[in-house]
Amino acid sequence: MKKDNKPDNTAFTQQRLPAWQPVLSVGIVLPLFFIIGLAFIGIGIGLLITSNNIQEFEEEYTGIGDNSNCYICANNATANCKCTLNFTIAQPIQGSVFMYYGLTNYYQNHQKYLSSRDDQQLAGETYYLKNPSQSCKPYQMDINNNPIAPCGSIANSFFNDAFALYYNNQGFLDEVKLDGSAIAWWTDHNVKFSNPSQTGSNLSQIFEGTVKPINWSKPVYNLDVNNPDNNGFINEDFLVWMRTAALPDFRKLYRRISGNYSSFMPSGNYTLEITYNYPVKDLPGKKKVIFSTVSWMGGKNQFLGIAYLVFGSLCFVMGFILLIVYAKYQNVEDNDD
Amino acid sequence: MLRWIRQQLGFDPPHQSDTRTVYVANRFPQHDHYIPQKFADNRIISSKYTVWNFIPKNLFEQFRRIANFYFLIIFLVQLMIDTPTSPVTSGLPLFFVITVTAIKQGFEDWLRHKADNEVNGAPVYVVRSGGLVQTRSKNIRVGDIVRVAKDETFPADLVLLSSDRREGTCHVTTASLDGETNLKTHSAVPETAISQSVSSLEAIVAVIECHQPEADLYRFVGRITVNHCEEEIVRPLGPENLLLRGARLKNTKEIFGVAVYTGMETKMALNYKSKSQKRSAVEKSMNTFLMIYLVILLFEAVLSTILKYAWQAEEKWDEPWYNQKTEQERNSSKILKFISDFLAFLVLYNFIIPISLYVTVEMQKFLGSFFIGWDLDLYHEESDQKAQVNTSDLNEELGQVEYVFTDKTGTLTENEMQFRECSINGVKYQEINGKLVPEGMAEDLPDAVDSNLSEEDILFLKAVSLCHTVQISYDQADGLGDRQANGILHQMEYYASSPDEKALVEATKRIGVTFNGNNGETMSITSFGKLEIYKLLHILEFDANRRRMSVILQTPSGEKMLFTKGAESSILPYTKTGEIDKTRMHVDELALKGLRTLVIACRHFTPEEYIEIDRRLHEARTALQQREERLADVFSYIEKDFELLGAVGVEDKLQEKVQETIEALRMAGIKVWVLTGDKHETAVSVSLSCGHFHRTMNILELVQQKSDSECAVQLRRLDKRIKEDHVIQHGLVVDGASLSLALRQHEKLFMDVCRNCSAVLCCRMAPLQKAKVVRLLKTSPEKPITLAIGDGANDVSMIQEAHVGIGIMGKEGRQAVRNSDYAIARFKFLSKLLLVHGHFYYIRIATLVQYFFYKNVCFITPQFLYQFFCLFSQQTLYDSVYLTLYNICFTSLPILVYSLFEQLVHPHVLQNKPALYRDISKNALLSCKPFLYWTLLGFCHAFVFFFGSYLLMGEDTSLMGNGQMFGNWTFGTLVFTIMVITVTLKLALETHFWTWMNHFVTWGSIAFYFIFSLFYGGIIWPFLHTQDMYFVFVQLLSSGSAWFAIILIVITCLFPDVIKSVFYRHLQPTNTQKTQLNRNGIGISCLDSMCCFSDGEKACAPVGRMLDRMIGRCSPTRVGRSWSTSDPYYSNDRSILTLSQVEATPC
Repeated sequence: MKKDNKPDNTAFTQQRLPAWQPVLSVGIVLPLFFIIGLAFIGIGIGLLITSNNIQEFEEEYTGIGDNSNCYICANNATANCKCTLNFTIAQPIQGSVFMYYGLTNYYQNHQKYLSSRDDQQLAGETYYLKNPSQSCKPYQMDINNNPIAPCGSIANSFFNDAFALYYNNQGFLDEVKLDGSAIAWWTDHNVKFSNPSQTGSNLSQIFEGTVKPINWSKPVYNLDVNNPDNNGFINEDFLVWMRTAALPDFRKLYRRISGNYSSFMPSGNYTLEITYNYPVKDLPGKKKVIFSTVSWMGGKNQFLGIAYLVFGSLCFVMGFILLIVYAKYQNVEDNDD
Repeated sequence: MLRWIRQQLGFDPPHQSDTRTVYVANRFPQHDHYIPQKFADNRIISSKYTVWNFIPKNLFEQFRRIANFYFLIIFLVQLMIDTPTSPVTSGLPLFFVITVTAIKQGFEDWLRHKADNEVNGAPVYVVRSGGLVQTRSKNIRVGDIVRVAKDETFPADLVLLSSDRREGTCHVTTASLDGETNLKTHSAVPETAISQSVSSLEAIVAVIECHQPEADLYRFVGRITVNHCEEEIVRPLGPENLLLRGARLKNTKEIFGVAVYTGMETKMALNYKSKSQKRSAVEKSMNTFLMIYLVILLFEAVLSTILKYAWQAEEKWDEPWYNQKTEQERNSSKILKFISDFLAFLVLYNFIIPISLYVTVEMQKFLGSFFIGWDLDLYHEESDQKAQVNTSDLNEELGQVEYVFTDKTGTLTENEMQFRECSINGVKYQEINGKLVPEGMAEDLPDAVDSNLSEEDILFLKAVSLCHTVQISYDQADGLGDRQANGILHQMEYYASSPDEKALVEATKRIGVTFNGNNGETMSITSFGKLEIYKLLHILEFDANRRRMSVILQTPSGEKMLFTKGAESSILPYTKTGEIDKTRMHVDELALKGLRTLVIACRHFTPEEYIEIDRRLHEARTALQQREERLADVFSYIEKDFELLGAVGVEDKLQEKVQETIEALRMAGIKVWVLTGDKHETAVSVSLSCGHFHRTMNILELVQQKSDSECAVQLRRLDKRIKEDHVIQHGLVVDGASLSLALRQHEKLFMDVCRNCSAVLCCRMAPLQKAKVVRLLKTSPEKPITLAIGDGANDVSMIQEAHVGIGIMGKEGRQAVRNSDYAIARFKFLSKLLLVHGHFYYIRIATLVQYFFYKNVCFITPQFLYQFFCLFSQQTLYDSVYLTLYNICFTSLPILVYSLFEQLVHPHVLQNKPALYRDISKNALLSCKPFLYWTLLGFCHAFVFFFGSYLLMGEDTSLMGNGQMFGNWTFGTLVFTIMVITVTLKLALETHFWTWMNHFVTWGSIAFYFIFSLFYGGIIWPFLHTQDMYFVFVQLLSSGSAWFAIILIVITCLFPDVIKSVFYRHLQPTNTQKTQLNRNGIGISCLDSMCCFSDGEKACAPVGRMLDRMIGRCSPTRVGRSWSTSDPYYSNDRSILTLSQVEATPC
């Protein structure tokens, strides 16, 4: 008789494919626990040390409370109100120091806010410069129906406080130089954002026909008076602002300390001169400045180190419990078997 | 138009009047007011779709499914209102799911189209315009005269006009229709039978009137009006004139017939049954889970909406200065906004319903079911039949069976009858080497036996060889005419509708009385070398009510006599003479040996009696009204006053390994009920021999109950006995009559008794009663999963009724197979089908379902949590592309591969330890606890992903070495990356059987995610409005902290899971887990033994010991003991024997 219907005798059809069949038994898991525990505790200590080596200094300048220096500026709405903040750094800070500004209770991650931008306009496409996307509403056009550049809520709410830092060198104020370059992502600065190009014309000509965002005091092509290349959509402060924060309390990189103090900030008194523009009192939010060094893992972050330590010890503890249970119930299992 | 659409969709078959008029050769009447009737053409369409209606019809069918409809609604909502995610996020997965399903269904339909085309394009010969024309089968029209040659199948339902025989008869087999393998004789009306050539057929002017098509294969009512010699002759037509499509012409050179029903209106096509939709327990719980998740979804959406408005009550949160609303938003209606907010949340969270669950389950079932057909262990070498899957929907139900209802004949037994013993005139004989030997006679005198055969014995043998409807098929070379001359007998083969008849005729042939054949009018036998020709006068066919059949013959000496054969209960009461009491005793003895018994009797007619009988029979047969009743009357008039000749006992051999299979099923916790039509004694003895009943079992009987009250009393008595004596096992025997009494009034009591019996045997069951028993169990309070297995047409109702219906590809045709969900060749395959395949499929699909819900909870809960940090503004955490591809690309393949290949335990172990089946009974893996476990696990993991990332980012320090900051998209991508890795690794933890494919898809999925993200974030996409993700992933990966966080969070998520499974495995291992350990034991003992027998003992032993220690089995004694006889899973020695072979193979 012909065996036409006989199935193929292959490992695949007979479900006999060679396979690795691991069993999570105590014998395998136990050493694993100890190894992971040890490794994690080691990593945790390393991370914690790294983090502890980072020096961080934070000052709030919202201006709430009568004795606050910025109280006046916070409560009267004059533009470019100046106030100063004096603070003392007890230990000299080694290494390059980064200066951040921080806002709290500020929802850059609100859906309406987050989508109120036009990436095509910001990429320098000329059509979108004059015809911003609908998503920018209510900051798409001004009342006279002129296109806003850059359009949208995010751009409109651009952080516009300015800072100057002085070292109090025996009664003499020595300005600490602040460097505003490379504070934004390289790709944002060079690829994702660019100014509209038009041969033979400068930025102000290119932006002709558009208006500045309603809250801004200066047009976009005039953001940085000192450095003409840092203007328009590729202004680094602007780029930093446009990278919206994930959570309502956030920091943004403002400057790197450069000049004489770039690798060493001596202990002593410092004065921070603040040009106070940005209203946060009603949010109700706070404003602060932070000085911090960084390591390879970034700023001061205790969480990772602690988490690794906790988890590593937990592994160890579980390993011991398992060992005890294993030893104690070994016979029971034997008898059942 | 509407009607046309409905017809196209198959809702509305066009039918107008009760009868149809067919003009033979399409010779329509010439008068004016003749309106040609429209008939279907001869195309067989088993396909569901055409090229034109595929898309609309398939879409319609798919959107009838609730999950697809749900996603369609979500998609439409996204299109209509302003939602946070683009419509693409739900549109694309939906499109993907729909497309995959459509491709699968289209492929299946294409296969059907191909099969249809093959059938429809087959060449046929039609008489047209004066000659034979070859054409395609689909071109046959109603009224065409078709020529069919020997061994061809009929292309349409034909009314036989003529054959190459003078009398206009032909033989056909209808095996492919109803499974009857005997040759049936069909005949033409005499007026057309003479037209044996094409030219004379052309000349026929005839009209056939018959009823409209109907499915009943055995009913055909019509009449033919033939214009014969200038006068119209009307003849009735019945089923014997109709040749059914699908039947095959045998023993006849060629026939001509006129097509009356074509294409989809043929009886065969009308018998295509659309499969009853059976749903598996897994699918039911899947739907329940879906509903639960829908509630969770609604809850989350409502909660978010309420919180959003609670938050927005204060203006400073609702509209801070930096985030002003547009005029339009300020002015829109509050209620509308509320609704649209709710819908937006619904859309945001909609992925908690796993969109690709159904399509994956469908793929898994479709692809997975191939393994059943491919299994060599389910392949029957002798008959060249492999297991067949008719519905893949029920694969996992095979792992859930609690009750097995099995037919006896042909299922437990071979249905291959062997003549064993007979009782002739009160003397018992046995057949030994082709000789009849009286019981008790010394066997050393076989030569003397022939002469011992008395007159009665020979008459008995002749009766057996004459009283039947067996047909003979000769080899091609043998003409019908010259067979008597050359007498080559061994070339003939008997065809019988019942295997008993065949066995009997073959037995008499061995003993010396050979049946040579019948040609419609005469039957010839060779009795010990002497040819005798009997004239066949009448056949009184077998029917289930009379339970007997008779033939009336004219003996060579001219005497007219009747032979009858039937069940003892239907013949003994009508006998007058003969050794009635002795025979009755013998019949009971034969039955006790498990033989099927038949009683043979005869009756002599005086010429006057015969004339009377002949007249009455003729009258009844030609009656136009109440033919059947009148025939029954005549039959009972004829079949009486018998002279008893004797009885025969036919053995139906048990199939091999039935006992082991039943034992294995019982150990798996499955209760086996045998339902049979046989008589009580036969059934009990077969039950005993096949291990269904044990010798040690206390057999309770509920038989021959005459009245309700009696039955109730007996039931209570049985109930009491069981309760008093619960140490030993009980078996229950019920017969059909008592069963119907018990079911009528005392269903509950009966069920109580049955549940406490470990084996139940129902005998004397009618087919519908079988189905009723199944339904009774099915609807009992525990709602057990039932399986019915049978081989014959009488089992179809029970096969369709049970949760899982299994057909045995036996001798009684394919009707059971066609109506079954799975078909296997032998009963013994059932154990592998259930214990191995059922177990695998159940584990696979249960994990698949749970995992799908788990991974979607993981997916969407962080999104929900994020709302607490973004003012419930419906900001998505992940980018749209990630939202879209999560279910389609990143996490789809590992689970599909897992669900195709996972094996918790080795198949041999599963088969040899049926008790493992109990681990998964009662839908154990999809019950409340595992469901809660997976759901909570999903939520926990989601919390860890989200808050882990939150703690990392929430200290709002820089995470990069250059002091720059991350944004919200980086945060989302971090959560998403952790999630993809964790979810994939969670499945990896669940996987016990790592083939290369599992490795490939698991690591491949993670790698694909990284490669894709690098690519996706690496370019400015020209057609997208936003470039949110540009370089986000690269920046994330460039941060060392992010790497450390990913590693930590992934391990934290999986850690508790590992601890839990290790503790459970160690402290409360399930049987399955114990066997997994034992399996490793084998591996090591094999290694050890290999070392022992090879030269490199010293080199090898340390490796084995090390392996030992690694796997945590330090004591060498345990290794040796793992398969020892004291192991509780084996009950009998046989399984241990088989096991040792198994053990040997991996070594």
